Parts: sequence; structure tokens; C-alpha cells
Amino acid sequence: MDLNRINWKKAFITAGIPLIILAVLVFFPMYGWDYGVTLFTHFLMFVILSVAWTIFSGTTGYISLATAAFFGIGIYASALLYPAAGDRYPLYVVVLIGGAVSFVLAFIVGAITLRLKGIYFAMFTFGLVLLFKEIIYWYEITVEGRRGRLVALEANDTVYYYLLVIMALTILVAYLIKRSKYGLALQSIGENEEAAAHMGVNITMVKVLTYAVSAAFMGAVGVVMATKWTYVDPGVAFSPMMSFSPVLMAIFGGFGSIYGPVIGAVIFSYIEEILKTGDWSKYYMLIFGSILVATILFLPSGLVGLIQNVWRRVMERRRASA
Amino acid sequence: MHLLEGNKLTINFGGLTAVSEVDFYVDKGEILGLIGPNGAGKTTLFNLISATLTPKSGTITFKGRNITGIKPYQICRLGISRTFQTVKIFGNMTVLDNVRLAALFGDCKKPSEAEATKAAMGLLEFVGLVGSAGIPARGLTLANQKRIEVARALAAQPELVLLDELMAGLNQTEIIEAMDLVRKIRDRGVTIIMIEHVMKAIMNVCDRIIVLNYGKKIAEGTPQEIANSKIVVEVYLGE
Amino acid sequence: MELFLNIVLGGLLIGGIYSLVSMGLSLQYGVARVLNIAHGEFLMFGAFITFWIQQNNVDPLLTILIVGPALFIAGFILYRTVFTTIRLKSPNPGVFESNSLLAAFGIYLIVQNIAVSIWGTVPHSFSYLGSAVNISGALFQENRLVAAAFAVVIGILFYIFIARSRTGKAIRAAAQDASTAALMGVNINNTLALCFGFGAAMAGIAGSLISICYPIQTNVMGLGYTVIAIVVVTLGGLGSIPGSFIGGLILGVVGTAVAYTKWLGSDLAVASYYVIFILLLLLRPKGIFGK
Repeated sequence: MDLNRINWKKAFITAGIPLIILAVLVFFPMYGWDYGVTLFTHFLMFVILSVAWTIFSGTTGYISLATAAFFGIGIYASALLYPAAGDRYPLYVVVLIGGAVSFVLAFIVGAITLRLKGIYFAMFTFGLVLLFKEIIYWYEITVEGRRGRLVALEANDTVYYYLLVIMALTILVAYLIKRSKYGLALQSIGENEEAAAHMGVNITMVKVLTYAVSAAFMGAVGVVMATKWTYVDPGVAFSPMMSFSPVLMAIFGGFGSIYGPVIGAVIFSYIEEILKTGDWSKYYMLIFGSILVATILFLPSGLVGLIQNVWRRVMERRRASA
Repeated sequence: MHLLEGNKLTINFGGLTAVSEVDFYVDKGEILGLIGPNGAGKTTLFNLISATLTPKSGTITFKGRNITGIKPYQICRLGISRTFQTVKIFGNMTVLDNVRLAALFGDCKKPSEAEATKAAMGLLEFVGLVGSAGIPARGLTLANQKRIEVARALAAQPELVLLDELMAGLNQTEIIEAMDLVRKIRDRGVTIIMIEHVMKAIMNVCDRIIVLNYGKKIAEGTPQEIANSKIVVEVYLGE
Repeated sequence: MELFLNIVLGGLLIGGIYSLVSMGLSLQYGVARVLNIAHGEFLMFGAFITFWIQQNNVDPLLTILIVGPALFIAGFILYRTVFTTIRLKSPNPGVFESNSLLAAFGIYLIVQNIAVSIWGTVPHSFSYLGSAVNISGALFQENRLVAAAFAVVIGILFYIFIARSRTGKAIRAAAQDASTAALMGVNINNTLALCFGFGAAMAGIAGSLISICYPIQTNVMGLGYTVIAIVVVTLGGLGSIPGSFIGGLILGVVGTAVAYTKWLGSDLAVASYYVIFILLLLLRPKGIFGK
């Protein structure tokens, strides 16, 4: 009897709350709150990036700093296939292509580099972002004689709904992976890779495929964001900030659960929005950097971890006094 | 045909030859002991069998099939699993998940989630850890962590299991329990190769013993023969 | 011949500065285990301190005497506060390396934006020893020769310090195995902080030397040097001071050669460093001089 009630509660938390939030997100643009749509577009972008980052890096402990590389590839897929002037493919096709190209690239990068140990992998992936930036700058300036490109502008609502669908898919995939035996395998790789291999886990395949899946979402989101920004150049597309922000958000929220990166991304992109639009815009990066350092020093398991700890303590005290 | 057979296995690290031209075999149902001083190449031999390392020369055959040079996960799925000298459990995963992982990935029959959970619980029962199934593995004592490793190795449904110093660091009572566990594993029809420094255990449990020294096989025989062998007493037991 | 001299000698001149920057990172990463993404920002800060002081008619080379100690203290304090805390909280070295990398990125943003709010984002430069010297037909500005000479001499002095002094011995012990060194009575937190401080000082001095040759700019100059230092440290082998020294010279020549190649140009110099880096990681992750 008691068991049944607990299961209902659990089902509500895992499926009910996300569905209610999703329903609110689906309907609210219809009330014509334009600023809200822009703000939430921003949230959605970072939620996708940080959840996608967590799918691979959060569980395995391999810190990937290539988020900006895959995001940028999506942006450039838009720039080439969905330009402001000239022939263009339907947007959903471009989104699929952007995702697919990022998937393939991550697969190749992963296959070459995922045997590198921790910090080398981080260095390699970070270098990838800078390499893409430099080469495309060089190509645009030296070969084509231009700087940057224009992407066809999409309506705010279109961008919003595209991102909403991608976000729902990202979270669903993250959840399904976490629940499946591959989630267990990823966790075991994070704990002790050698032992995982000897227990029958094909570690290379699990790592490379998961990495590629997470990159596909990053690419897809890049495609959509380009149609909002319209002017893109390598500096916009391959900005190191896009690599570090999702990591910070995931750590800040806590990447032990899927809620963590979602909460971290929403809080952070909101802070960013306030700081960037107010008088504080000059100090945005300074504050961002300070929060990053403080989070690593004082919030190692993230907000969600902190709340869980406090909750556990409260419950224990209650039990003790009862 | 032997279950597992090694032919002239050799590997060196830099200038040091860790294992040199070692021949060995194990038959189905046997408990084979592997002894020798520290640095004799025992764990290196395990690493060669379980494919952590690839031999520089020589071959390993399992049930007549050449398995030299394949990946660790393939070795595991073929039916050879192992434990580690220094425990390599997944500390933040529950005891049950540690074992379930091996059942899900190591067993070539590809069990469903429910079957894997059932098999894992069965093995926790076998090693006596059912009560700890739900807690993170890092919270257990060393002796119990070693039991997790045993349950995990068995969850892959191996025909052969490699036990690397199962009894190191255990107290007398725990050693006796561990010896009992080794026999029980054999009774399940699983063949065993074990590395051990605890002489009482090795002499009591093993059917046959191989002695390594400086990477070379220097003796082989029944526990009785090994105990009486002059050369073994000189390099090892006589210390 | 002239082109050859331009590439090789010009490459060695800039390479000398790369060596100094990289020796600094080698200490921070090879010994203190912090992959300091903010390394180039310390360099930038050093460059701007020099720029700032020389405006009051002080010889820019003299400013090294201020820049070096100032950045040493800053680096030392930073390690003792931020990185020591992370180190003590990390369950294993892998976690420490990732977390300190992320914290270093935070420091990168903080240092850069402090500099931006003081000096703005416009490029600055001043002229110092600007006349040209003719070496077999190739022309080099005096300031580059002086800067490279200073970089090399400071680098060598530092190497001698590490190789000979008692502190140097502690540093080398910590590089081998920090926990064993601690057991042998080395004050490990201070030793690692010293390494980090020395690394920051070398970056700062390199920045001073760069400022007498090239225009300096708060928001863009640092990261490029960080990338170079990471590549050089990988090239020379982690924690190997002579490796970093030679690696810096090699990279200087390669970068200059790429910049002189007609169809590539200087924009691709950084990309070429990265290609070297990729090949190294894949083929010889211990570095050319690593054991």
C-alpha cells in the first residue's frame, strides 16, 4: 500500500513535473509577451547545451571543451545552407544536417582522442575550437575576401519552438540513456575505466557514441540560433565562452542529476541577461569568472547536491527529534 | 584440449623482461595457483590473459581459439573474467549496480534488465552481501569489497576466473572464509587461476601450482611437489 | 639567404620569448598540475604594468624588476588560496586537474576584465630601441634582439636556480611525486605555490619584453600565448625545463616559417601550432624530449 503511494509520487516527479513545465512552455508565447520569448530562447539554448554536455562529460568525467566547436559547426551549417540571400533548404533539414555533421565530427574526434587521459582530452577539445576559428577566419579573409556571413532571419516564435523541441529531445535522450544499461556503463567508465572494460563494457564504443550523440544536439542548437543572430563570423560561432558556459552551468546546478544542469542553465542565463542589459554589462565577464571560481571552491556537487544535503540533514533532525 | 593455454608468452617493459617464454595451461574444473616473489610477473601474466597487455611474442588459446590481441571486453564476453590486486570497484555505484553491470555487459547471452538484476542478487547472496545491495560500494570493508569483485567477476558468467591476491590484507577469519569461497566457486563449475601470497591458502585450495621468478617459470606441480621442491624453497619459500 | 635568415633568426628571436613563457607554464602544469588557461593573461598584465610605468620615463627593461616580483606574489597567493583549496578537496589527481582547469578559466576572465576596465580594449604601444640592425642583409629591430637576449638569459638563470638551489631540489622532488616529497619533509603547499608564482613571474617578464617590441592589447593578446605555451610544454615534455626551452625555439621558427609562406600567412601560424599539438598528442604524448 505504502509502496504504491511512493511510486505515484516518484512518477509524478519524473514525468509529471516535466510535462507540466513543457505544457507551460508550449502555450506561453501565445500571450504575446515578446521579451519573455526572447528570454526563454536564451534559457533553452543553454539548457540544451549544458544537458547535452552532461550526457557525456558529466558521467564519464572526461571534460570536453569542444561544445563551442559543435555549436559553431551548426552555426556554419546555417550560414551555408540557410543564407540570407540565395537558395536555402527548409530549416528542419538544416537542423538535421547540422546535428548530423556535428555527430560525425564528434565521432571522429572521439575515436582519435578518447584514449587520451583527462586533461589531455580537455586540452585537445579546447584546441579544436581555436583551430576551427582560426582556419575559418583565414579561409574567409584570405580565400573568399570577406568576413562573416548573413543567415536568413527567422521569427522569434519559430526559433523558440525549434529550440523547445530540441530541448525536449535532449532531456528525453539524457533521461533514457541514464536509465538504460548504457547509463550504468558510462558511470562505471567515470569510476574506473579499466575495471569497466574487464566487465565486458566496450568502453571505446560507449564513449565515442555517447560523445557523438551529445554533439549532435549542440550542432542542432547552433543551426537554430544562427537564424536569430543572422550575422555570424568565426568569432561568434567558435567563442571559447560557449565551451565554458555549459560546463559552469552544469557544475553550478550539479551534474549528478538531469535537473542540475537545467537549473544551472536557467539561473545562469538569467544572471547573464540581467548583467548584460543593465549598467553592469562591463563587469559581466568579471562576475561570471568569479562565480566560476567560487562554484568550484564551494559548491563541488552543485546546487542540487547542496539542496539534497540540506534536505537530508533536515530529515535526519526531524527523525531524531521524533 | 586444455581450457586455457599460453605458449612462450613474453613481454618486456623498457629493458626489463617481465614475463619470459612462459608456457602454462589450465584444465576445466581445476584450481591453478600462481606464486612467486614480488615482481615475479604474476600480475603481468594475468594482464596478458585478460588483455590489459598484449604479449610481445607467444600466443594464448582459450578453448582452442587463439585469443591473443583481442580487447579486454571481448575476453570477458568469451568467458574469462577477473578480480584486481588493488580493488577496482565502482565506489559511487551501489553494490548491486557493480554486479549488475557485469551481468548486463559481460554475459554473452545478453540478459534483460530484470534477468541481470536477478542474477546479480543471486551472486550477492552467494558471496554473502545481500544486505548491502543498496549502499554505495565505497562504504564497505576491504574484505567485502573483494567479495564485490568476486560477485562481479562471476556475474559475467565466466568459465574461467582469475583471482588476483584475493586474500591480501584480510585477517585470519576472513582468509578462511575466502578459501571457502574459492572452493564454492569451483563447485559452480568455474575454473580458477589464483595469485596468492598466503601459503596456507594456496597449499590447501589448489590442485596444481606454477612458480614464477624473474618472469620465468621455475617450477610446476602439485602443492606437495612444490613444497618439497628444492629450487622453490631456495628462491621463495626459504626466505 | 635573406629569407632564410629572416625565418630562422626571426623565429629564434620570438622563440626565445616563447621559451620563457613556456618554462613558466611548464612549472605550473608540469609541477603544480594546474593547466593554467590564464597564463597568457599574466603575460598581458606584465606587459601593461611595463607600459604603465614607462609612461613616466622609466626604462622599460628596468620595469622587469617590478613586474617579476609583483606577479610572483600574485601567483603565489592565488595558488595558496584557490588551488590549494581545490587540491585538498579533490579525491584524486584527475579531479584536481579538471577542476583547476575550470577555475583557471574563471581567473582568466577575472584578470582579463580587470585589465580591460583599467586600460580599455584599444591597442597600445611605445617605441624603444626602434632602429634596425643589419645581419647579412636581413633587418632586425634592436628591441627584438634585446628582448630575446633578456628572455634567454632569464630562462637560463632560472634553470640554474632549479638545478642547483635547495628550493629547486624541492621543486624537482615535487614534480616527481608530490605526496612522497611531502613525506620527505618538503612543505608541499608552499613548494607548489612557489612553482605557480615563478610561472606567473616568467609570464609577466615575458609580457614586459613583448611590450617593448609589439603592440599590446588587453582583451586579445593573452590567449594566443597560452596556446603557444601549452603546445610547447607538450612538445618539450611535461615538467622538462630544457624541453620547454628548446620547444619554444622550435615553435618560434615554425610559426615564422608559416607566416612567411605566401599562401598561408600569419593568420595560420596559430593553427599550425595546433596541428603540431594534435600530431604530438597522437604520436608522442610524452613530448619529444620526454622519457
